[in-house]
Amino acid sequence: MNTVGSRLGWAVRDGWTITRRDLTHLANQPWQLVVSLLFPIMMVLMFGYLLGGAMTVPGGGDYREFLLPGMFGLTMVFGLERTLIAISTDASKGVTDRFRSMPMSGSAVVLGRCAADLLDSVVVLAILAGCGLLMGWDWHRGLDQAALAFGLLLWLRFAMLWVGIYLGLMLPGPEMVMAAQILVWPFGFLSSTFASPDTMPGWLGAVVEWNPLSATVSAARELFGNPGVGGDSWAAANALPLALAWPLLLTAIFFPLSVRRYRRLSR
Amino acid sequence: MGNAVVAAGLRKAYGGGDKRHVALDGLDLTVPAGTVHGLLGPNGAGKSTTVRILSTLLRPDAGRAEVLGHDVVREASRVRYLIGMVGQNAAVDEILSGRQNLAMFGRLYHLSGKEADRRADELLELFGLAGTGRKPVKEYSGGMRRRLDLAAGLILSPRVLFLDEPTTGLDPRGRTEVWSAVRTLVEAGTTVLLTTQYLEEADQLAHDISVIDKGRVVAGGTPDALKAKLGGDRIEFVVHDASDLAPAAALATRLGDGEAEIDEDARRVGVPVKDRVSALIALARALDEAGIAVEDIALRRPTLDEVFLTMTGVAA
Ligand SMILES: Nc1ncnc2c1ncn2[C@@H]1O[C@H](COP(=O)(O)OP(=O)(O)O)[C@@H](O)[C@H]1O
Ligand SMILES: [Mg+2]
Repeated sequence: MNTVGSRLGWAVRDGWTITRRDLTHLANQPWQLVVSLLFPIMMVLMFGYLLGGAMTVPGGGDYREFLLPGMFGLTMVFGLERTLIAISTDASKGVTDRFRSMPMSGSAVVLGRCAADLLDSVVVLAILAGCGLLMGWDWHRGLDQAALAFGLLLWLRFAMLWVGIYLGLMLPGPEMVMAAQILVWPFGFLSSTFASPDTMPGWLGAVVEWNPLSATVSAARELFGNPGVGGDSWAAANALPLALAWPLLLTAIFFPLSVRRYRRLSR
Repeated sequence: MGNAVVAAGLRKAYGGGDKRHVALDGLDLTVPAGTVHGLLGPNGAGKSTTVRILSTLLRPDAGRAEVLGHDVVREASRVRYLIGMVGQNAAVDEILSGRQNLAMFGRLYHLSGKEADRRADELLELFGLAGTGRKPVKEYSGGMRRRLDLAAGLILSPRVLFLDEPTTGLDPRGRTEVWSAVRTLVEAGTTVLLTTQYLEEADQLAHDISVIDKGRVVAGGTPDALKAKLGGDRIEFVVHDASDLAPAAALATRLGDGEAEIDEDARRVGVPVKDRVSALIALARALDEAGIAVEDIALRRPTLDEVFLTMTGVAA
């Protein structure tokens, strides 16, 4: 009854049930998706049109072409909030305990969350990319390179998932979640999303350059063939390996922490 | 029939070092199959901790517990198929409808999609939620949420159901709704372990009560036996003229269930009663007919604090 095969089967089936729950949320309140897209779209409009005229791109090039990959990356990082809220709400309402008192697969809760959030990110990325195309952004190095860029963005989202699960289990209750949301902001904005680190004071430029989000965004710009941040620092020259390594490191830290935290619920 | 729940010497401490806090200090419990057992205790007594250990959510530090003969630690996954657990807050998804909630939980209990939907409809019917089953839970009243929560605990028709303070925070109507739902289950043969802070609730529902305080059972027995031990309801009244005290006490002794006591300074008479409401009406009428002016009259029942004072000799 408890063979590895059947356990894996249940994990997948139960995980799919949890994912479906999220999709049902979307069906029950479709405006929620619109609201979550409002922020990045407004940012794109504000920076692309309102402030864009004053922005220069290193080595020339269109600012909106520069901006869009940055917004994709920023949206992936802010996706953390979604994971955080979902996990924290379930824990504080006792839904997590209900799951744990049921014969369902233990890993399904996380597996389902993972699939739901990645699916959501794919939808959001597709819509943002659509908006980008309308604004004159495009990829110039072929569909395969573009797909790779989107893959890297989702890879960053995957890492944020574990950060979100860990923090969500740590912070039961809406007040703490608010606080955590605010802490995501500096991480999101101290990056090369809107401007090149070259244009910043030296120390700030260094922080920004080494931000995991900057690595993903720089790599995406490269793969899309969009104008990049320029500069000849090591981080700028090695954006692609960094964009692979940073999320891997985050996952290597926060995945075991999350698992440990989940196990500790029974202590 | 055997015992549905057996716990022996359960111990549990939270935190470590200076913050170490003993929640259970050698708790013993036996619940015969087919009965309702009430765990009665004040806030912080260890009720939730007990229920969480029995429903496999928490590991005890020491002691052992079995549900239907299965160890709750070593055979946790077996136990989870046999129990229903309804925790202290209504653990349902607010954005989903009542029906979507039950169908989701049904699938997670490994029913097929069709079975889960069918069971969801059955349970909505049973708990009087059929009319509102398609509304999001956000729009439910407290009593409706609690009933949905109960329904979710019953998807597999569990043989043992754990209810942690099922009516705390509900208005009287919600409370009555939940009580009648529990009675229905018991008629169907479910064993229920429920925790409560209210003597009245344990009295209404339970065959047997364990009074717990500071992580131990301090008294146990049937509700009637416990109430006899504690002294039940009393009527107390204050007369206008001190000269009326003696005749009023004589009346109270005749209509009450024991000797009336007089407090001269407060001009107060107190008497134990059995059938609280009719005794109150009869006494008020008799006092009125005898022309005794009364300033205040009230029914008093022992508060939980008084219960614990009696049981443990220390204030809870
Ligand atoms: N997760 C926890 N961490 C630390 N202390 C806890 C935790 N849960 C409960 N306690 C403490 O253990 C004691 C018993 O709690 P609990 O079982 O919830 O009591 P009850 O349900 O009877 O109110 C209380 O003093 C409570 O403060
Ligand atoms: Mg409790």
